[in-house]
Amino acid sequence: MNHFKPGLCTQLFLTFFKIGAFTFGGGWAMISIIEKELVDKHHWLDREEFLDLLAVAQSLPGILAVNISVAVGDRLRSTRGSIAAALGTILPSFLIILAIAVFLTPDLIKNNHTINSIFRGIRPAVVALIVAPVISSARSAKLTRLTVWIPIIVALLIWSRLPVVSNPILYIVLGGIGGYLAFNRSMKNRKKSSSDL
Amino acid sequence: MIYLKLIWAYLKIGLFGFGGGYAMLALIEREIVGPKWITEQMFTDIVAISQMTPGPIGINSATYIGYVTPAHSSPEFQGVIWGILGSILCTLVVVLPSFLLVTYTSHYITRHRESAIVKGVFAGLRPVVVGMIASAALLLMNSDNFGSENNDVVISILICVASFCLVQFTKIHPILIICLAGLAGFLIW
Repeated sequence: MNHFKPGLCTQLFLTFFKIGAFTFGGGWAMISIIEKELVDKHHWLDREEFLDLLAVAQSLPGILAVNISVAVGDRLRSTRGSIAAALGTILPSFLIILAIAVFLTPDLIKNNHTINSIFRGIRPAVVALIVAPVISSARSAKLTRLTVWIPIIVALLIWSRLPVVSNPILYIVLGGIGGYLAFNRSMKNRKKSSSDL
Repeated sequence: MIYLKLIWAYLKIGLFGFGGGYAMLALIEREIVGPKWITEQMFTDIVAISQMTPGPIGINSATYIGYVTPAHSSPEFQGVIWGILGSILCTLVVVLPSFLLVTYTSHYITRHRESAIVKGVFAGLRPVVVGMIASAALLLMNSDNFGSENNDVVISILICVASFCLVQFTKIHPILIICLAGLAGFLIW
């Protein structure tokens, strides 16, 4: 990690501060912004690496946005990086909510027509910001004609809100086990075919 | 001591909150509204405010509930300083479990990056993560985000499609797109 400029922690903090200040609609909506900042602009990660960190963040409990920032910060600058990134993500919402709690009453915000109309515009845009990484992540996952069905089925079953099968944890466990078994089998086949030669 | 109880409640929320903001809300409601630290009405308020401010809902609610609970539950903790103390504690505590878990897991994975288990597991997880992002998008296509009256729904869909095209086909920064969408909402409604 020596090729990084000094001050990477500061950069991480500022980048995630910016991301945290514009995250509406939860961690999934952050993905587009994080991808833009980390992969396209700073080249800190490639897309596939980012997808793997996303898998770690999603597989563990806790606030997704924080998990993503901790995973990215840790990859780039170990514990110091993860603290910088996590603080960056937390601080904007902490300061805004504290300001509201100290200086305003909830009704002032809730019934404010200007804020309401701004957010009616932002919410559909946030949905679009979540659709976009579906496509970019599908590309970097290098789906084949067979594996392309996995995300489709997973998405529809989680969306169905049916008991048991709509629980995302189920698919994390199945995906992990399935991937491990498939990898093992392909390794064995490779060994067999090389010993046949 | 209300602070210790808050810390314990938010440790649990941080440790067992799977599946993102709204799944977490049910847990927060049980832990915080259940023991009557805040009222049902205050809880609805904080959900509404979280939707109208940036940031993860888990952080927003921890900061807000940490601020209001001490004053609301005991006469000795009136005043801004006690509130700020509560909000700092709750916010730090709610991220602590995931901070430790993610750090530990990342280190483990970095150390075993070349092992068959890690490679296989990630190969299997990648398509699942794609499906999860897709499901998050599907779940958000509801009347909360698109309105319920015909005209509103049409305008919302237009904003959504326009934003999608901008993200997908131009190099415009997503933050700018959010600002533009907010401006559009301000002008239209």
